[in-house]
Amino acid sequence: MSDLEHFHGEEPIGSVDGIDVVSGKQVFPMGPHEPRRADIDPKAAKRAERQVATMFVLATVLILGFVVVYVKVPTTKLVAFPIVGTASLSNVLLGTLFGLGMFLIGAGAIHWAKKLMPDVEVAEARHEMRSTPTARQEFAAAVKQGAAESGFGERKIIRRTLLGALALFPIPLVVILRDLGPMPGTRLRTTLWGKGVHLVTDPTYRRIRPEDIPIGGLINAVPENLLHKEEEDGNLNERGKASIIIVRMDPADIVSQQGAGWDYQGIVAYSKICTHVGCPISLYQQRTHHLLCPCHQSTFDLSDSGKVVFGPAARRMPQLAITVDADGYLVAQQGFTEPVGPSFWERG
Amino acid sequence: MSTTHYEDPTTVVGKAATYVDDRLAPAGFMKRLLTKVFPDHWSFMLGEIALYSFIILLLSGTYLTLWFKPSMTEVIYNGSYLPLKGVKMSEAFSSTLNISFDVRGGLLMRQIHHWAALFFVAAVSVHLLRVFFTGAFRKPREINWVIGTGLLTLAILEGFAGYSLPDDLLSGTGLRIAEGIMQAIPLVGTYVAMFLFGGEFPGTDFISRLYSVHILLIPGILLGLVTAHLLMVVYQKHTQFPGPGRTESNVVGYRLLPIYMAKAGGFFFVVFGITTLIAGLVTINPIWLYGPYTPSQITAGSQPDWYIGWLDGAVRVTPNIETSAFGHTISWNILIPALIIPGIMFTALGLYPWIEAWVTGDKREHHLLDRPRNAPTRTALGVMALSFYLILWIAGGNDIIATSFNLSINTLIWSFRIMLFVVPPISFVITKRICLSLQRRDNDKLLHGYETGRILRLPHGEFIEIHEPISVAEAAMILGKSDVPALALPPVVDEQGVKNPKARSSKVRARLSSWYYSENVPVPTAEELQAAREHQEHALHAAGEAGAIEGSSH
Repeated sequence: MSDLEHFHGEEPIGSVDGIDVVSGKQVFPMGPHEPRRADIDPKAAKRAERQVATMFVLATVLILGFVVVYVKVPTTKLVAFPIVGTASLSNVLLGTLFGLGMFLIGAGAIHWAKKLMPDVEVAEARHEMRSTPTARQEFAAAVKQGAAESGFGERKIIRRTLLGALALFPIPLVVILRDLGPMPGTRLRTTLWGKGVHLVTDPTYRRIRPEDIPIGGLINAVPENLLHKEEEDGNLNERGKASIIIVRMDPADIVSQQGAGWDYQGIVAYSKICTHVGCPISLYQQRTHHLLCPCHQSTFDLSDSGKVVFGPAARRMPQLAITVDADGYLVAQQGFTEPVGPSFWERG
Repeated sequence: MSTTHYEDPTTVVGKAATYVDDRLAPAGFMKRLLTKVFPDHWSFMLGEIALYSFIILLLSGTYLTLWFKPSMTEVIYNGSYLPLKGVKMSEAFSSTLNISFDVRGGLLMRQIHHWAALFFVAAVSVHLLRVFFTGAFRKPREINWVIGTGLLTLAILEGFAGYSLPDDLLSGTGLRIAEGIMQAIPLVGTYVAMFLFGGEFPGTDFISRLYSVHILLIPGILLGLVTAHLLMVVYQKHTQFPGPGRTESNVVGYRLLPIYMAKAGGFFFVVFGITTLIAGLVTINPIWLYGPYTPSQITAGSQPDWYIGWLDGAVRVTPNIETSAFGHTISWNILIPALIIPGIMFTALGLYPWIEAWVTGDKREHHLLDRPRNAPTRTALGVMALSFYLILWIAGGNDIIATSFNLSINTLIWSFRIMLFVVPPISFVITKRICLSLQRRDNDKLLHGYETGRILRLPHGEFIEIHEPISVAEAAMILGKSDVPALALPPVVDEQGVKNPKARSSKVRARLSSWYYSENVPVPTAEELQAAREHQEHALHAAGEAGAIEGSSH
């Protein structure tokens, strides 16, 4: 520690005899300034100056290059990089030129500050944040005087009626939001499925015969009336509820179903919308008959009433009872008997 | 009217300045601002990165609004990206494709915007950690800490809103999840979802509504809060690390003009430049590969942007608890991870300055920062919270981990569930031990100097290593450690023999306080330093007299 005594420098602001007046801790004076090369050697200073200017000149060239590329290189042109793949040539060049250009402006400015601008640290005083007691008293007095002059305290009837009116003032701002959307009604409980609605492939809308599905096969399907309904509504709401998956398994593999005879020769149909937060489920494992949601990994067993075997979903996948019509196409026996998709407060 | 004689300016700048000053009189204020001193430390640049990313976001976002059409109206795509030609999609998705393939420089702006958003939330988060671990949130800066917490929350929401706008398959899935979470809110959830989406999911209103939230509402609030955040830093003056010449009553560093004008101004261009370079070279959010959104499709391995990962992870690992009674369903499996845990985390974050001040009883102002090791309990608490966050974040990628490393997803989820309860306390203990050890090491360096690696062999065969005194800057840094304030608690029974009703809470507080400061290592006293110095000089002197031979340990 012997160096400390030989250390010279001014007493810092806020310290008396080497002690911080606020914290009572020992304060060391700042060390003497050590000059940089550019401070003492004019050649070094000149060199730094040239370096900064070079960066600014390069930046200018790059930014002009940006304009040239913008005009000359079409957006459709691709460039192939080994390993990483292809990219838009225009994007690569524009980004590189503009990015490097800006980087050089910044690097030049920082280099300039570090090499050529003064690097002597300076100190500024700071004071406790609070106002002086006088200022506080004057403020409190001004507020009291204002309040007294307004009569806010004495004229109780004015104060109360004002507060009453102000309390109601936000009501229109809230009420007006009512038309943001419809009341829930039965929307979350109904789908397009109903007795006799044909199961058709998604997205090609072809009716499905049982013999189209091999054992272990999976088909994404929607109700046949969806096509018409979507055009009528102009939205995808019904698709978000009515999408199903159809899988065929060996009838002997079916442990249980949500209703007797809801399958057709080992073909079962389940909602595709996860009962957790509503992702469409797509990963099906033939061997285990497990259906896995790619969003949060909830897993359902389609051979056992679609029950949850793992993951955050709390409810089984609703099953759609199916059969075939007179022409041998798969149809629904009835609509879903419980709401599909994620839970909600009124679900019960 | 006035007797003061004003000298007429001769230069253009002088004339312009005079013109403005005649009308607004900013000379005094601007002089103080331009000569303002800011301390220098690499970690103080983290907030700068956040600020500059925000400016880049405002700039690039404004460009995107010129071409983006926030509409869910279905159109047939007819742009120059051939694989999707003739495909039905929303106008939002189609206009995003146009920005990416037909507007020159459009893809660059999109990618700058997306990368800058990722950097923005990252910079805000790391800046928050810096402020936390150095105790910069302490009095008088608690209010700015709360603003910062608000900024982080809004930044995450804003990012989510932004990447949901293109209406691609990935972001639509994110919105589907958000809607599912809304539905889980007890009592009002169904209505909240119905009103926000204009009916059922996905409806045709949400993108345009989200658009006004994303480009007006949240950025407006962010801009206001960022401004307040910065003004407070200027007004309260920046904190500084202990060191030579640094006291609680000063700020040591460089002036805004010219040093920080050049350095910070230059750094803005560096951040913008690097963001643009990355945007030019690294593809982000290639929505053309995901395709337009439809509620019946999904891609495996869907991942949100990084700052949503922890929420997704929380939703993934929560067990499937749902209660149904009296005709009402409560989905704890969604409420707990998506609303309750984040609510607790952000509330605790925002209140932390007051919690710590209550425990420590420290009512003093602090302008000198703590080194993380010198506040072991705070640092350990921070690392504990961070480890909890990181496990959730990693759990958000459990499917990717499972497929990449061929692990069972079930085993993984169970591991994360256990780790969430086991790892944070272990992190706390280990961090606290490391901090205390570092404090002891600091004291050791103060008392005995640092090991030079030079070995002396004494004539009788003993080897000693020469220790040299540490630099003044280092000594000042170590001795600048803030001390333990005395916790003034009201007595249990006052002079009149009346029992203090707050006695129980004071007892809890005293216990917490002694826990908070337990095992803290005091810095050596002046006497100890003096004694150590004399001992060292004596030893060296004796060694020299005895004719020691120097070697090197390397």
